[in-house]
Amino acid sequence: MTAAPARITAKRRLGDTLFSGAALAAGGFILLVLAGVAIFLIAQSIPAFLIDPAEIKGQPDSFWQYVGPLVFGTVWAAALALLIAVPIALGIALFISHYAPRRLAQGLGYTIDLLAAVPSVVYGLWGAGVLAPSIQPAYVWLVDNLGWIPLFAPPVSGTGRTILTVAIVLAVMILPIITALSREVFLQTPKLHEEAALALGATRWEMIRMAVLPFGRPGVISAIMLGLGRALGETMAVAMVLSPAAVISIVLTGPQNPTTIPANIALNYPEAHGSYVNVLIATGLILFVITFAVNSAARWAIARRKDFSGAN
Amino acid sequence: MKITRIGGIAALALAGALALSSCAANETPSGDGETTSDLSGTFNGAGASSQGSAQEAWIAAFQTANPDVTINYEPSGSGAGRDTFIAGGSDWAGSDSALSDDELAGDFATCAADTKALDIPTYISPIAVIFNIEGVDELNLDAATLAKIFKGDITNWNDPAIAALNEGTTFPDLAITAVHRSDDSGTTKNFADYLNKVAPEVWDADPADTFPYQSGEGAQSTSGVVDAVTNGTGTIGYADASKAGSLGTAAIKVGDEFVNYTPEAAAAVVADSPLIEGRDANDLAFQLNRTTTDPSHYPLVLVSYSIVCQEYADAAKAEFVKAYIGYITSAEGQQVAAESAGAAPLSDDLSAKVADAIASIK
Repeated sequence: MTAAPARITAKRRLGDTLFSGAALAAGGFILLVLAGVAIFLIAQSIPAFLIDPAEIKGQPDSFWQYVGPLVFGTVWAAALALLIAVPIALGIALFISHYAPRRLAQGLGYTIDLLAAVPSVVYGLWGAGVLAPSIQPAYVWLVDNLGWIPLFAPPVSGTGRTILTVAIVLAVMILPIITALSREVFLQTPKLHEEAALALGATRWEMIRMAVLPFGRPGVISAIMLGLGRALGETMAVAMVLSPAAVISIVLTGPQNPTTIPANIALNYPEAHGSYVNVLIATGLILFVITFAVNSAARWAIARRKDFSGAN
Repeated sequence: MKITRIGGIAALALAGALALSSCAANETPSGDGETTSDLSGTFNGAGASSQGSAQEAWIAAFQTANPDVTINYEPSGSGAGRDTFIAGGSDWAGSDSALSDDELAGDFATCAADTKALDIPTYISPIAVIFNIEGVDELNLDAATLAKIFKGDITNWNDPAIAALNEGTTFPDLAITAVHRSDDSGTTKNFADYLNKVAPEVWDADPADTFPYQSGEGAQSTSGVVDAVTNGTGTIGYADASKAGSLGTAAIKVGDEFVNYTPEAAAAVVADSPLIEGRDANDLAFQLNRTTTDPSHYPLVLVSYSIVCQEYADAAKAEFVKAYIGYITSAEGQQVAAESAGAAPLSDDLSAKVADAIASIK
């Protein structure tokens, strides 16, 4: 017999080289940007840890005492927003993907996507101008009747500009992100799984529980994390709506609310000078670390279940 | 095909970027207008945001009269404005407080060697105490009661201390919501300074741009405070008088009478206040007489200064500053500020002093 055939090498075309080079450059660029931001934050933050804490607004004992209420407020507001938004978003997504008639589902889908396009300053105006004054009587009722629950401890806010109002505004803002992504994931459920469940005698709700939700779980987690990212980083809406104070408090309806890191930076940066600028940037570094941790946790949660799903 | 399309998009984006960036902030008007002066060049100021809207109007008017001049004013805040000016980054500074003794002891990079800077009052604005209580149109308050309300010591409108000042008015049993600025502001500092000077036994915190107490509610910017007071119930707040709109404004006790704000009363208290001692004769930094007992005065007022060099290292800058600060403190310039920002025009007496100080700039 003849010798083994020569190895066929792929012909390198110009387009292949260009494209792989461009893709590599794009991938490297994002790392470069991230590193640039991290270096800027760290370099600018160092003075904040060295200065006399008495120079910080409110004269705290240390930088950590200053940033503590802000970290709490950031996480608290985002958690409340998720608590409100996630059940509604999943409900809408399931309705669109599995319950609504096709035409209605399409229209509803567009409307939800449209919500995502509204700028946050508009949500801020709505929250401060419409939602806060109209929800204030409800807060009065809550405090009068449920004041024994620590969440609704008196006194009540006279303007309605509380952390609960902020959480509602944030929930509306992150609703479209979670809904749109979850809907896409639910639509990816293999038809065979669904039909198998139905063939075994499952009702539609049982089919969703057995086939759709387990399949979509990693995608839904990833959607929630994206929403959480937006809630953590939201600036204008919080700054415009909230009545802030440097406190750690779980009261939802009071006049003194813990504020969030981005809102605090937005409020104080315009008139800040000297080392206070470094302090504000240092709080930005803390926010950077928090969001980084949240995203890593999300990636871990998705990776853990990737064998079971198409959404990775 | 694809490549040409991408190329076309890139070209479009590039052209768009060029077109957009070329019409940036300060377009120099074409030179052939009626040139009334030989001033030319670009000049930069920075500082108090309280002066922001007045500066915009002044700059527009001044640039129309002097087409070859470009002026930039960055409302970066009083402290930042003074720092920038001291470091030589701007030609003049706007500031809600005069230079401190420490700052005056140092060097000024913009000024000629071994010369100092001057404080020139250019913008006076009364601060109104605004309130929104159903069924109450008029409200009289003295400094101690006002301080207690904002500090959180008085929490209900039916408090006897308030009733004692307002004979004939019945107040509802309604919780007080005192709204302050949540961002740093010269308005807060002047409001706190008034309370601290007149009622030191209640308002024991040093006046600063930040609201000092953990009480009441915060709202962002003047318009945020006005919105919160308008939309809330039983609310009270403080804001530039020009922004009070249709809200009720409280009369504050001066001597034995209750005085509502007027531009004249605000200008009068500044004109009658003593200058800070031990400074150059042309340094018009006022020690505001907050404790005045003259009922023609309204002592709850914000004075914003222009900080300029006694002698500029660059003669062209001196010429510009004399012309520009001269314009904004003139009757015409003050009228522009009154219309655009609701400021209180300088009194005639004060204008004369300011004109002398400006004439001394070299």
